[in-house]
Amino acid sequence: MASGIKDKVVILGMGCSKFGERWDSSPSDLMVEAFEECIKDAGVERNQIEAAWFGAGIDAFNVGASAMPLAIALRLNYIPVTKVENMCATGTEAFRGAVYAVASGACDIALALGVEKLKDTGYGGLPQRSRGLENDMYWPNLSAPGAFAQLATGYRAKHNHNKEDLKRAMAHVSVKSHANGVKNPKAHLQREITSDQALNAPYIAEPIGLFDCCGVSDGSACAIVTTPEIAKTLGKENLVSVKALQLAVSNGTESSHDSWDGSYLKTTRIASQRAYDEAGIRKPKEEITMTEVHDCFSITELVTMEDLQLAEEGKGVNDVLDGNFDADGKTPCQIDGGLKCFGHPIGASGLRMIYENYLQLNGRAGARQLSNPKLGLNHNLGGFPHQNICSISIVGPYD
Amino acid sequence: MVGITAYGAYIPRARLNKKTIAEANAWFDSSLNSLAKGERAMCNWDEDSITMAVEAATNCLVSQKDAKINALYLASTTFPFTDRQNSVVVSEALNLNRTIRTMDVGGSQRAGTSSLISLLESNAESDTLLVASEHRRTKAGSRSEMLWGDAAASVLIGSKDVVAECLAIETYASDFVDHYRGEDSDFDYDWEERWIRDEGYMKAIPHTVNKLLTATDVNIGDIKHFIVPSDQPRTPGVLAKRLGIDSEMVVDNQIQNIGVAGAAQPLLLLVKALELASPGEHILLVGFGQGCDAILFKATDAIVNYKPVIGVDAAIKNRREETNYNKFLSFNNLLEKDIGKRGEVDKQTFLSGYNRRKDLLTGFIGGKCRECGTVQIPREKYCVNPECNMLDSQDEYYFSDKKGRVATWTADRLTFDWSPPAYFGMVEFDGGGKIMMDFTEVEDGKIDTGSILSVHFRVRQFDAVRGFKKYFWKAVIED
Repeated sequence: MASGIKDKVVILGMGCSKFGERWDSSPSDLMVEAFEECIKDAGVERNQIEAAWFGAGIDAFNVGASAMPLAIALRLNYIPVTKVENMCATGTEAFRGAVYAVASGACDIALALGVEKLKDTGYGGLPQRSRGLENDMYWPNLSAPGAFAQLATGYRAKHNHNKEDLKRAMAHVSVKSHANGVKNPKAHLQREITSDQALNAPYIAEPIGLFDCCGVSDGSACAIVTTPEIAKTLGKENLVSVKALQLAVSNGTESSHDSWDGSYLKTTRIASQRAYDEAGIRKPKEEITMTEVHDCFSITELVTMEDLQLAEEGKGVNDVLDGNFDADGKTPCQIDGGLKCFGHPIGASGLRMIYENYLQLNGRAGARQLSNPKLGLNHNLGGFPHQNICSISIVGPYD
Repeated sequence: MVGITAYGAYIPRARLNKKTIAEANAWFDSSLNSLAKGERAMCNWDEDSITMAVEAATNCLVSQKDAKINALYLASTTFPFTDRQNSVVVSEALNLNRTIRTMDVGGSQRAGTSSLISLLESNAESDTLLVASEHRRTKAGSRSEMLWGDAAASVLIGSKDVVAECLAIETYASDFVDHYRGEDSDFDYDWEERWIRDEGYMKAIPHTVNKLLTATDVNIGDIKHFIVPSDQPRTPGVLAKRLGIDSEMVVDNQIQNIGVAGAAQPLLLLVKALELASPGEHILLVGFGQGCDAILFKATDAIVNYKPVIGVDAAIKNRREETNYNKFLSFNNLLEKDIGKRGEVDKQTFLSGYNRRKDLLTGFIGGKCRECGTVQIPREKYCVNPECNMLDSQDEYYFSDKKGRVATWTADRLTFDWSPPAYFGMVEFDGGGKIMMDFTEVEDGKIDTGSILSVHFRVRQFDAVRGFKKYFWKAVIED
């Protein structure tokens, strides 16, 4: 039986660019910015990197196809570089590639880097793009908020929440993340908002209003990983180790079979349970100390708390309103500001989440440093509630 | 006995208040004020002569599910495609058989009546279906804009369970150019109304009708329903008087609630007359355009028991007032709107891919697993039931006639739509199967989880660069 990834790979260093409307920066500029921080943190030379995984989501508006843009931007030394794309879960896919390569023994030191340049489209929101030749002929021309609004209506119908209570909880999700983002100099949005602002904002896709949506930004994040043994020989202490790395991909059941009612993310439930098993976590509520989840929309974060077993099914509204996921709550969520304040440069987001956990575990999170972080969970979701990809990674101190 | 065995109608729900047309245009032509009474039917942005034809035919065929249809004629002067047989698209959307004779008939306001004559005279043993559908194109601020409307009607022709028997047919062909539309024109060009009346209607129609009646033992006084399609409000009455028909027998052209629907108008009024007719009553249907068609029907005893699924009366009542003239202009491509960058995404249809998915796209056909009974759409190679997942185990399963309910939904204001917000959501069908699909005709506040819906064939996208239209099915919330 497979032994899993737990404690086989550690993070040697990480880097993250400033996220935002980086009008004057190319994807290469962003990659270099993240990489320079990362490689200094790792304390290795570029030519020690033996393989790389490159995450980029939307070819047409970003760097184009293949792994070459990364190799060229970083002048990598003709090493194997693999381009990965798995919708909005792309960043974690790059990380998974690098971690698995090290764990397999195929290489000692590997790089994962994600980048996305979303602000070159000429309009707000994620780029309008093809979903594939055949899908384009019959899929609704849905926007991301439109797709996740379905989750809100499905969740509300299943649990009989009234519209106002759900909307208040959604507003609290955003207010909390904005409060966190203020303390993060790398966040795109660094200002507080009020609940009234969130509640009264115009609808983007009913019931999702403007402040229920995450930002749209440019950014890059990266990680260099190795084995615990090599990290120690390099003089690294307080190692941050990969405890679990799981992925679940919809097979069409949610979208075409009546066993799914639209009120939750099936992939999140499956991937997180696998991740808990892999990491040896029996009581997630008690053992997970912080989460970075895929808060593309406030409703996604709320429902994800239930799917991760950090709130009881149907009770997430109460837990959110009680402040359980606030910075001073039981399990702080999006302590860095989340997608809400960082925006969501698709290829980078998964790595940006891990970056925050990594900083927290190293005690380097500045004004937003949590007092005693142990296990950090990252939830990176691609696609739509009815068809999606969910990546779960859990990191913690190497014992 | 050959005649009409079933009928149905379709009128777009949106009815443009004519005052809004006059208010926008009377500064230029104050005579429009005199026409500003009532409303006219207008296609939604996703409707055209093909989609309305599918609706009208569906409304006709639902009562005749066992009909063995061997021909479908589509009459229109506003075919979405000049070279791609429109009637075949309609036939496939109706999931009719593949040996069917299909034909597009156009080129004249008589297209509907001439097709009807052809089918009545064909002596076919099976049933034949005639659909007439018109999405009329008019210049902004024209009288036509005030007087015309969009609609479709359908009749089934056969010899079993005939509700109106055809007694006589007469035709008069004459190149009387009251109006015309050249191959490079979007709009009609017409001549003076009074001349058309005096030299056109008042000469061709009496000539044809009198000739028709002399071949039968029916007297002019026996006509109980006199149908003269015309956008001249008073002309049918004047004609009736000239012919000796009581003016009460004139079937109203519905100018104040639908508008005159071009080549579909004769069939639309025939459907209306059939809804009113009692056994033994005579219906005289006239078509006018480069001459005249005249067809005499007699209602049979069977008409008492025939109830159309949706006839003209029900279609008129199924309405939504539209008071935004700009919307009408936009939907009819009469003004160049800023549609935003999201609307600029290329919409090319990859015809080979389209052809592979035609069953789904046009027929709305999914699958039913022979192993586990699971109903599913789209139909993929493996059954979707996680407990089954059998390969190639699904028979065709038709969703186009199924009702369903809304599971999840939204009103999306970010994505591009010709009439925002874009409503879409997860639809669950009675009898099984679900799919994420677009909604159309949604009225604000009238959709929620659990709402009952039916599905309708509509335009999905335009490829303006290459002149192509994509169609697919959309959900409509039932009242």
